[in-house]
Amino acid sequence: MIVPVQAHEASDYAIEVEDLAIRYHGKLALSRVTLQVPSQEIFGIIGPANSGKTSFLRAINRMDLMTAGMEVSGRVRVEGRDVRNWRNPYALRQRIGVVFPLPVGLPLSIYDNVALSARLRGTRKRADLDVIVERCLRRAALWDEVKDRLDSLGSLLSGGQQQRLTIARALSQDPSILLLDEFSIAVDPVTTMRIEEVLAELKSEMTIVLVTNLVQQARRLASRTAFFLTGELVEVTETEAMFEGGAQDPRTTAYVEGKFG
Amino acid sequence: MFEATARNHRNRKVEGLFRLLFLWMTCMLILPVALILAVLIVRGGPAISWEFLFTQPMNNMTAGGILPALVGTVWLVVVALIASVPVGVAAALYLSEYAPDNRLTRAINLAIINLAGVPSIVHALFGLGAFVIFFRFGTSILAASLTLAVMTLPVVIVATRESLQTVPLAFREACWNMGATRWQTIRKIVLPNSISGILTGVILEVSRTSGETAPIMFTGAAFFLPFLPQGVLDQTMAMSLHLFVISTQVPDVPEHMPFGVALVLISMVLAMNGISIAFRVYLRGRKKW
Repeated sequence: MIVPVQAHEASDYAIEVEDLAIRYHGKLALSRVTLQVPSQEIFGIIGPANSGKTSFLRAINRMDLMTAGMEVSGRVRVEGRDVRNWRNPYALRQRIGVVFPLPVGLPLSIYDNVALSARLRGTRKRADLDVIVERCLRRAALWDEVKDRLDSLGSLLSGGQQQRLTIARALSQDPSILLLDEFSIAVDPVTTMRIEEVLAELKSEMTIVLVTNLVQQARRLASRTAFFLTGELVEVTETEAMFEGGAQDPRTTAYVEGKFG
Repeated sequence: MFEATARNHRNRKVEGLFRLLFLWMTCMLILPVALILAVLIVRGGPAISWEFLFTQPMNNMTAGGILPALVGTVWLVVVALIASVPVGVAAALYLSEYAPDNRLTRAINLAIINLAGVPSIVHALFGLGAFVIFFRFGTSILAASLTLAVMTLPVVIVATRESLQTVPLAFREACWNMGATRWQTIRKIVLPNSISGILTGVILEVSRTSGETAPIMFTGAAFFLPFLPQGVLDQTMAMSLHLFVISTQVPDVPEHMPFGVALVLISMVLAMNGISIAFRVYLRGRKKW
């Protein structure tokens, strides 16, 4: 169910992608992707490894600028504006929180991890930073576990805690879009469920793009889901329909039923 | 239950043999160092005294101490560091954090490797032509230190670059994705976590610089000066050249003196290396990931 561009006001969509293609050193990694992500919903992306899911996320926040050999063609609009026309890519990236597959606790204290974004933007007052740190750690369901040791190293937390720390750090950017790239790959099931609860709450405040290797996770969280396969977008469908046999493409049905991938 | 086969037995024997071979080779490596130190301590040790360290040479350098050479070496090293560390660290930062993989970058990398391979006597002649004559610094500490700086730049660059690259790319990516610029990422994450390696490189440079003789011979080190340098445009004596001079150029030097000078020089270098090792051990103890 691909919605034509321009059918809505630009502001209805957090992300609009038109005929996106991504190459690494000339080799095509993803092509012919056209889709829209409505504001304030969880948009799932599923697909086997090497299908271009991560590259898709990198194109949204212009990480092609930081990646040697990565070329993006086509059009990506965030909040109605072509990402190439953003005043500067750093401002764009500040609006977009990113969570990686393997948790990246920066080698700073827990406090400094969460305060980093605010500090990069020039917030210096300790009181302001305290508020941001506590709020973000609470929303990432980590506060109770770390509130007594905010000065210890974030990179030495357990995997599940570090992943919640990275979510807290992403939230500290006060983002309008949150990109999650297979966040549960190195996280235990209990933590995964806690993070999923957090995401369900965050949906009312921001747009979430959830790339996941667990099709059931997409089913639990996403309103609509895109299926990527070997560098192409197969379809975008209402998640429930996709899992109830209503997929447009037989490959999607096969994938969500676990027949390959 | 599990019976070791003849092949297992043979593998085990070969394993032991290779272990011994490598151990033996490693011991061979230590031998010259130990011998040099032993000879210097036995034959140069008696020469060392406060008077030796802190007085002027006398009687055509056949008596007295080595103060001007000691002070001169410190001058040379400090000025060389001031010149080379900022340039070297900046170049390493550029190459590691900014440089795209293009022809210019490859040319620069090639230049660094070649710079490291240039014989020191060639650096000496370059320094003579460039700093002494062309820039009109004359034979001076400045000219000699700049020559040493050029020569040791690759040490700083390579050590710094390697140290920067021990910081995982994932940390940088996390910062960039938050909207940090490359410089903000360097300042907040990369530099604080690679400073130990950079300092190690600097210390290695110090020990290398203090021992070099050829590059300073034509550019600023003097055969004999009865006074201490007052500024960077003065000539100076230096430990390495002083050792060369009293070993080969001056008649009737008592035998213990060259050994004494060599002992002081090598002690300076070893002390520097010791500091660098201690520093690395200290920082390894507070590893952050």
